[in-house]
Amino acid sequence: MSDVFIALQTNEESRYIVEALLQDNPNAVVDEQPAMVKINVPHSLVLKRETMEELIGRPYDLQEMQVHLITLSGHVDEDEDEFRLAWND
Amino acid sequence: MQIDLRTVSIKPLRNTFDHLVRRFGDKPASRYQEGSYEIQADANLQYRPSWDPEHELHDPKRTALVMADWYAFKDPRQFYYGTYTLTRARQQDSAEANFDFVETRGLLAQLGDDDRRLALEVLMPLRHAAWGANMNNTGMCADGYGTLITQPCMFAAMDNLGVAQYLTRVGLALGDTEALAAGREAWINDAAWQPLRRLVEKTLVTRDWFELLVAQNFVSDGLLYPLIYEQFVDTRLGARGGAGVSLMCVFMTEWHAEMRKWIDAVIKTAAKESEANRDLLTGWTRTWRDRAVEALGPIADKAFGTDAAAILDTITQSFNARAAKLGLDL
Repeated sequence: MSDVFIALQTNEESRYIVEALLQDNPNAVVDEQPAMVKINVPHSLVLKRETMEELIGRPYDLQEMQVHLITLSGHVDEDEDEFRLAWND
Repeated sequence: MQIDLRTVSIKPLRNTFDHLVRRFGDKPASRYQEGSYEIQADANLQYRPSWDPEHELHDPKRTALVMADWYAFKDPRQFYYGTYTLTRARQQDSAEANFDFVETRGLLAQLGDDDRRLALEVLMPLRHAAWGANMNNTGMCADGYGTLITQPCMFAAMDNLGVAQYLTRVGLALGDTEALAAGREAWINDAAWQPLRRLVEKTLVTRDWFELLVAQNFVSDGLLYPLIYEQFVDTRLGARGGAGVSLMCVFMTEWHAEMRKWIDAVIKTAAKESEANRDLLTGWTRTWRDRAVEALGPIADKAFGTDAAAILDTITQSFNARAAKLGLDL
């Protein structure tokens, strides 16, 4: 099974995104690199708006995440409440 | 010559301060955590203050409420100086745009003379209530214990001043400086305002800072803001061509919705801590609610005429429901 991953710039807001990803994806593996943090998850990952809002303490639009995004791999499927990455196998 | 470029990754020796590691584990801390946790001064203060020799300078015993950990009051908005000022600056910009919009479109002309007078009569004396709230929140910040809760109190104090200033500008837009003078006159002499003035003065001399927090930010604001800004400004005046006033009061509505998140979290945390705390909070809430409802009565009469009792009742009911949800039994 291949990993999907998402790589973000390390900054104040990404911290919350990483935290949310770790909370909702028990298999997630964090790979800290200089100025970048990469989160690998087998098969699929999900970022939930609800979790984000709870962690960051304000309304959150999932598309705000794109500002901190460096790269990702996997098929993207998103709506207002969830951002999902997955491989179709 | 050949140059090889390679990245060297340097692992930081420590992720954050020791006191945050003890609390959250060894991982990078957020700005909010760095700026709020474990920084209450509580040691090496040799002398007790001469104005209150019963207590230490920073003493958790200035309130009857007991907490095992005063850093349990996490602010859901996670406001520290940076995020707070950024948020308010953004709101200030949009408020300025609203005032501009109201002025350039002449929106206030849609309001009839009677309604304009009524708006001034109801809103102007509230500047003084907002000032009282400012004093109270500053007091909570001075007497309170734990940065996590005193910090948002100070922010609230500044916001109270902001509310007073927006009201001032509403007054200037609707009726020039005489409107402000008339508001002060009503606050001091008009019989309808005396109960609210008494309430504000009672809070000013309330010594227990957590009781004061309940009285001011939970109960008093929790009843006054929905009554004035939702029911009177947005609904009643809105229906009679008062959209301009609504636009000028947007900050108050938004701010109250935001404050609610914080104060609800505070009450919930304190009530969950122990049975004794819950009883204390219930008692305080009940006492101050009754006083506030009584104080708002004459103002509701002025604002809503014959509908006053029904509207005030609805607001009280929804306040009770809110308190019940937070774990109090009123």
